[in-house]
Amino acid sequence: MSPDENDLLDVAPGQPHSNIMSESAAYIIGLGLALLLTGISFWVASTSALWGPGVAVGLVVLAIAQMGVHLVFFLHITSGPDNTNNVLALAFGVLIVFLVMVGTIWIMAHMNANVGMSPEMMNLQTQH
Amino acid sequence: MTVEAATIGLTHGGSEDTGLGHRGPESKSIVVPYGFWLFVLSDIVLFSALFATYATLAHATDGGPTSNELFSRNLVAVETIALLLSSFVCGLAMIAAKRANMVWTQGWLLLTGALGLVFLSIELFEFAKMIAEGAGPQRSAFLSGFFTLVGCHGAHVTCGMLWIGTMMAQIWAKGFQPHIIRRLFCLSIFWHALDIIWVAIFTIVYLIGTLP
Repeated sequence: MSPDENDLLDVAPGQPHSNIMSESAAYIIGLGLALLLTGISFWVASTSALWGPGVAVGLVVLAIAQMGVHLVFFLHITSGPDNTNNVLALAFGVLIVFLVMVGTIWIMAHMNANVGMSPEMMNLQTQH
Repeated sequence: MTVEAATIGLTHGGSEDTGLGHRGPESKSIVVPYGFWLFVLSDIVLFSALFATYATLAHATDGGPTSNELFSRNLVAVETIALLLSSFVCGLAMIAAKRANMVWTQGWLLLTGALGLVFLSIELFEFAKMIAEGAGPQRSAFLSGFFTLVGCHGAHVTCGMLWIGTMMAQIWAKGFQPHIIRRLFCLSIFWHALDIIWVAIFTIVYLIGTLP
């Protein structure tokens, strides 16, 4: 890698920093945080100390947090000016993922609830 | 006319602007991983459709086994740790590759692939056990959705491992040339993205699916 490439305004995703210590530190911090969040997720899922209906939401929040950790510490997606293109692409991706998932789950849940099908059709347990 | 256009900001006064910024296009070491990043994001969009399908069909068990009866959290915990460590070690391989250190790059890549193999073996063991118990993809809509989603991720991991092997051979044969380094960075983006998708799978399929 030529020295003047450090002066470029853009960096690519996954591109490590310039210093071996700070590079390794980023991966080690990321690993620590990811292990911690994974551990909390498994604990939250198996404990009975928490309010039952809130557990699923908590797990989703923990998963999103861990994805953030992976993006920042492993893929080096940051808020810096050299990352604008990467972040914009990610933002568009997240928008589409959000639309596809929330849109599908919302519409399908309402179809089950509202469309006047015969009782056995409405029971998903009996569907193939 | 051109002066007016410059005044209202339509052109950069006097410069021969290429539309690619003042310095022209970026170098290949930026453009290639950026393009691959776009591919990875589109792959994540593909997975979002599979997740939406699974979430819709998760309770359509047709009287067959439910997620609570099928999934073992201990196995999933081991799978998760193996894939997370694999992603971490892949990052270490990139650090070594950037410094053109052959021994450490090959060593870390080998460990990355080995941890990927641990993950894949556990997954295939789980699949084989489920199919042997009569809980194959044809049993119910829930299981079709499960095998499509988790199987698609497993297929990606398999491709990633073949890619790791290919890159190890290319580094060995061709050395740390710029185009080989670019491929290696694309591989690391792919491998990290697979771990991000696995976070969503173990949360939605295995943890939320086995809540009491």
